[in-house]
Amino acid sequence: MSYVLTCPNCGPREVTDFGFGGEVNPRPRSDPSERELGVYNYFRRNVAGVQREWWCHRSGCGAWFYAERDTRTNEVLLTELPEPAA
Amino acid sequence: MWRRRGELKDSYDVVIVGGGSHGLAAAYYLAKEHGIGNVAVLEKSYIGSGAAGRNTTILRANYKTPEGARFYDASLKLYEGLGADLNFNLLFSQNGHLTLAHSDRAMFVMANRAEVNRINGIDSRLIQPDEIKRLAPAMQVDDPHAVYPIQGALYHPPGGVIRHDAVVWGLARGADRGGAELHPYTEVTGIERRNGSVEGVRTNRGTIKTKTVLNCTAGWSSIVSEMAGVELPITTHILQACVTEPLKPFLDVVIVSSQMHVYISQTDRGEVLMGAEIEPWTTYRMQGTLNFLQEVSRHALELFPQLERARILRSWAGLCDLSPDYSPILGRTEVEGFHVSSGWGTYGFKAAPIVGKTLAELVATGRTPDLIEPFALERFYEDRLVSELAAAAVSH
Repeated sequence: MSYVLTCPNCGPREVTDFGFGGEVNPRPRSDPSERELGVYNYFRRNVAGVQREWWCHRSGCGAWFYAERDTRTNEVLLTELPEPAA
Repeated sequence: MWRRRGELKDSYDVVIVGGGSHGLAAAYYLAKEHGIGNVAVLEKSYIGSGAAGRNTTILRANYKTPEGARFYDASLKLYEGLGADLNFNLLFSQNGHLTLAHSDRAMFVMANRAEVNRINGIDSRLIQPDEIKRLAPAMQVDDPHAVYPIQGALYHPPGGVIRHDAVVWGLARGADRGGAELHPYTEVTGIERRNGSVEGVRTNRGTIKTKTVLNCTAGWSSIVSEMAGVELPITTHILQACVTEPLKPFLDVVIVSSQMHVYISQTDRGEVLMGAEIEPWTTYRMQGTLNFLQEVSRHALELFPQLERARILRSWAGLCDLSPDYSPILGRTEVEGFHVSSGWGTYGFKAAPIVGKTLAELVATGRTPDLIEPFALERFYEDRLVSELAAAAVSH
């Protein structure tokens, strides 16, 4: 089902405007083992439910932002810009 | 076709989760080749309701990696004999499969694939536009105004289409005759473990004991594996397809264009069957998009402008379990007795018989068959990927 995401900068746009960056997964500790790096690179929770994920407004402002979306319905619960890097 | 079963028994030697082409094939080969008939196939909906009944029925073996090519070739050969094995007409039409090349780069990749195929004994070669025209006279091959001019194609004569529902029904009947119990509308809700080994399966119809579980649930693989505490490198996406109203027969080969993201065949009923690429975002909602219908129609019309007035009869979506390297994940996991058939992306139906045969062998003998050793889950922990991106991403 097609749906609409709200870009934090540009407002609501069709999903085809955006690039999907995948679910947010925790970064491994510095100096990870090969297994930890494999888990970070490849393994995903792939939940049927609310998922926190990365999106990029590819056909718009180009910003990367977070969305929380229910993967069972594609309902987008919120979108927000990440905190600026310290 | 297959017996209606009553209550679940208290225990089974093997419990197969998912009553699709892979689960049914595993049940069939467990009985046929290893005499293991005390098997339950649990399906949360009706038999063949998932990807087995939603795919575009294309079979082929012209993959790019030697591991993939050998594996899918073994599957194609099993499919060739499957109708006779099952004593059930599967309506298999091996009229050939063409993957179009629209650029110099695509020609190079096709030539590479043809060589890998040839070395592995698979009939596959690069052909020029004049031969494409002979094989698909209804297709617009040399349109000077084409957005994607056709430079050549990878021709795979043994590829073709098979009736997907017949494959499901034939395997289901074969599994039933071998002793397996098929339980539709039986949803798995948990997997019981003790000391890292499978002990049983909880369902909406009660709990059963077993030491062996096969997870053959395609788009739902992550959910079922998580019940066993097994993480997978899988994301779930929708893949869509549609058919036109029935037309007179004009196309007997399968046409694929990776660059145009479309594959086209004509069914025995005359419908033009079209599919595209998965949606990039993950979802469990099995509903299609208007955008897909627009894109697939646009590309189909570039190849077959005579379809301009054909109406789309129906469209549908299915769930795909995509792996990072476009190769499957098959066999053991770190939980003893919990085996997976996953990572099928958009190409699982092609592999059903060989998956059933090799998983049955693994369960019966405790050894992983050589053919599926490269597809073990451990490869993602050890970074030993088997990349089929070039030959599997769209090219059905």
